[in-house]
Amino acid sequence: MSTATQHTSREQFSSNLERRHRVGRIWFLLFQASMVVGIVALTVLLLNIANSSFGYVAFHYGNPPEEFVGEGVDIEAAPKEDLIAILQDNISPGLFARFESERSFSSRSQANVYDLVLDYVLVPEIDAQWSLLQSLNQRDEIQAQVGAEFPDSIVEFQSWVDYDFIRSPQSSFVEIAGVRTAIFGSLWTIGIAILFAFPIGVGAAIYLEEYAGDSLINRVIRTNINNLAGVPSIIYGILGLAIFVRALEPFTSGSVFGIGDPTTSNGRTILSAGLTLGLLVLPLIIINAQEAIRAVPSSLRQASYGIGATRWQTTWNHVLPVAMPGIMTGTILAISRAIGETAPLVVIGASTFIQVDPDGPFSKFTTLPIQIFQWTARPQNVFRNLAAAASLTLLGLLLSLNASAILMRNRFRRRL
Amino acid sequence: MTDLSQSQTAQGAAASEQPTAAGSLRRKRRIGEVIIQSFLFLCGFLSIFITMGIVYELGKESLLFFGSRQWENSNKPITQRIEVDTTQFAVSTSGFTLDIEDLIRVDEELMLITGLDETLVTVERGFDGSEAVAHNAGAVIEIATEATLREFFTTTQWNPQIGQFGIWALATSTLLTSAIAVVVALPLGLATAVYLSEYASQKARNTLKPILEILAGVPTVVYGYFALTFMTPLLRSIFGKDVVAIYNTASAGIVIGILILPLVSSMSEDALSAVPRSLREAAYGLGATRLETAVKVVVPAAFSGIVAAFIVAVSRAIGETMIVAIAAGAGPAFTFNPFQSAETMTGHIVRISGGDLSYDSLDYNSIFAIGLMLFFMTLALNIFSQRIVRRFREVYE
Repeated sequence: MSTATQHTSREQFSSNLERRHRVGRIWFLLFQASMVVGIVALTVLLLNIANSSFGYVAFHYGNPPEEFVGEGVDIEAAPKEDLIAILQDNISPGLFARFESERSFSSRSQANVYDLVLDYVLVPEIDAQWSLLQSLNQRDEIQAQVGAEFPDSIVEFQSWVDYDFIRSPQSSFVEIAGVRTAIFGSLWTIGIAILFAFPIGVGAAIYLEEYAGDSLINRVIRTNINNLAGVPSIIYGILGLAIFVRALEPFTSGSVFGIGDPTTSNGRTILSAGLTLGLLVLPLIIINAQEAIRAVPSSLRQASYGIGATRWQTTWNHVLPVAMPGIMTGTILAISRAIGETAPLVVIGASTFIQVDPDGPFSKFTTLPIQIFQWTARPQNVFRNLAAAASLTLLGLLLSLNASAILMRNRFRRRL
Repeated sequence: MTDLSQSQTAQGAAASEQPTAAGSLRRKRRIGEVIIQSFLFLCGFLSIFITMGIVYELGKESLLFFGSRQWENSNKPITQRIEVDTTQFAVSTSGFTLDIEDLIRVDEELMLITGLDETLVTVERGFDGSEAVAHNAGAVIEIATEATLREFFTTTQWNPQIGQFGIWALATSTLLTSAIAVVVALPLGLATAVYLSEYASQKARNTLKPILEILAGVPTVVYGYFALTFMTPLLRSIFGKDVVAIYNTASAGIVIGILILPLVSSMSEDALSAVPRSLREAAYGLGATRLETAVKVVVPAAFSGIVAAFIVAVSRAIGETMIVAIAAGAGPAFTFNPFQSAETMTGHIVRISGGDLSYDSLDYNSIFAIGLMLFFMTLALNIFSQRIVRRFREVYE
């Protein structure tokens, strides 16, 4: 009797075991599939951006180059003097004088003069554009379609992101618009954010890790920093609007120092933007620096105290040099978050159309993410290509920042 | 560095000058150290100052918002001339209905309605410090609408310019996009975390984790572009162009889900890896399969850490701005249809402040009121998640 039950339960067990393993295999595949979803999402995201950053465009010149240099001559390679002459003949004297006063023609490069000719004389107009996938797969269809619909147009394979795109200032002409002013704006704001947040952030981290005891106020500070790190970035934008743009307007627009142009900027300057981003990254820098400082072995501190060093001498001479690579890595990661921030800058009032490079902390500004936002929000499809190209530029900038963070960590890591 | 070595030699010199003095070994008061410590404390204290600044500024402007009074034309002219001391007059039957306690404005004078008998209105003249003057027949009555907390939380239309202050028009779409994001990110993120922590080899983990972290590092404005140019067309080709609007909350929500996926997976993976190895070995010893160990032993043991990860992810989804500003559409709409355009709280702030915003206008104050609500929502979630993590830590230490 008992052997019979044993027998059936063993049978049950082995059939059960098979089922359990089957279920296990199915779930394993599901887990693996979810892992793949994330990677697929990343790939699709990058492909989607690349897809719009390159591709065929059909365009025609408002005034064809043959009118100025004759058939078969490449106007782009024409000597600078010829280009200046073309420019002088075809634009109003007032405009010509303005260019001359912005920067004299003798000091401008041939490429720069060519840009002006392109912008104001040739005036290229884009008729249609195709994505990379379309360009690769339907080359003949595109040629045929252009032949039928835009007989005067030239079809060219265009890389939307190229040296010209990065070098040129903003323009209302899609063909020659670039992100130069936006890149300068990004660098300026980030520079100010670092100058503001790095010393304070590292100072706060040193205080919390090396000095602070377990008193109530220190506990409140610790909790508070964690909470600040979770505050949505747009709230910092609202705070920046109320404090830096409005309350501190004389300071952030530069009128206290008698510089800047308060009538146009209204406190919506690079300085306000940099300080706002500084507040935003401060908790991140503090948390990262705290972790780096905490990772320094306490034997090092004890050895230093043992030979009679004070707390600050120990911190400055022994803890900080060891923790510095970690602090720098954490700071670069925080900075790369700040570079991509858009919402707070929209709220404090980034300008959308700026053609001249920012010349100091009191000038109006635009940044790369703001440009992407503006171009994406436009209804015309052709601006999407610009947005994609700017996204690619931004991702490239972030990638190089993160790579430098990793390199720095590997290079300066001290063996202990 | 040179400063320090100098100061060290200076100290050495000082020590050699009085080597026999017994007091030289006593702790010295060092002014420099005190100054440095105070400076470092101030750096730490600045964070409290920032929080107070946020609460103060948001609170101050929100109070202005809730105290603000809007005037709306009632299309109800008075039908007879009112002298300076008249307290009862007739109004036309057209236009809005008046109520007792309503504040009305005729020309520049404010009046409080104290009695109402069909078209005959009894009022208290010259209310709120305004001057009682005579009004001609045909003068228009304007009704005051005030943004009250009650109206803010109980009505569903948002248009401050005409006296509609219902936050739910914006809050529902915030909740909708966050819910969609959570539905996408939680199962995927948890499954990814289980895979990374329980199945993947060390080598695979070291390659896969950084790839997922790249996803977390992509700027949100690029995600917004992705939502508008990839996810929306994809949804429209699946569900049909007449069902899915060009700007819709579903597309924004799914892309927010992709954005918070690495957050969920990486925080959950940390929680799963923190579960002691002995628990897994005990489960294997009892004959459990890998799946059973993972699902019935490891995940329950790490449950509070996983919940904390979820809450942080939800808070991130609520505060997410650029994706919804680009892909979810402009214009507040009280709808639960994910395929329709609806503006979220964050999207509204971006759109309002993107234009020319003049200080102390109703729009200016309203973004502070919305911001305050957003701040408290995310703060509550973050504090909640920290509580849970703290409890979780107590279990294994």
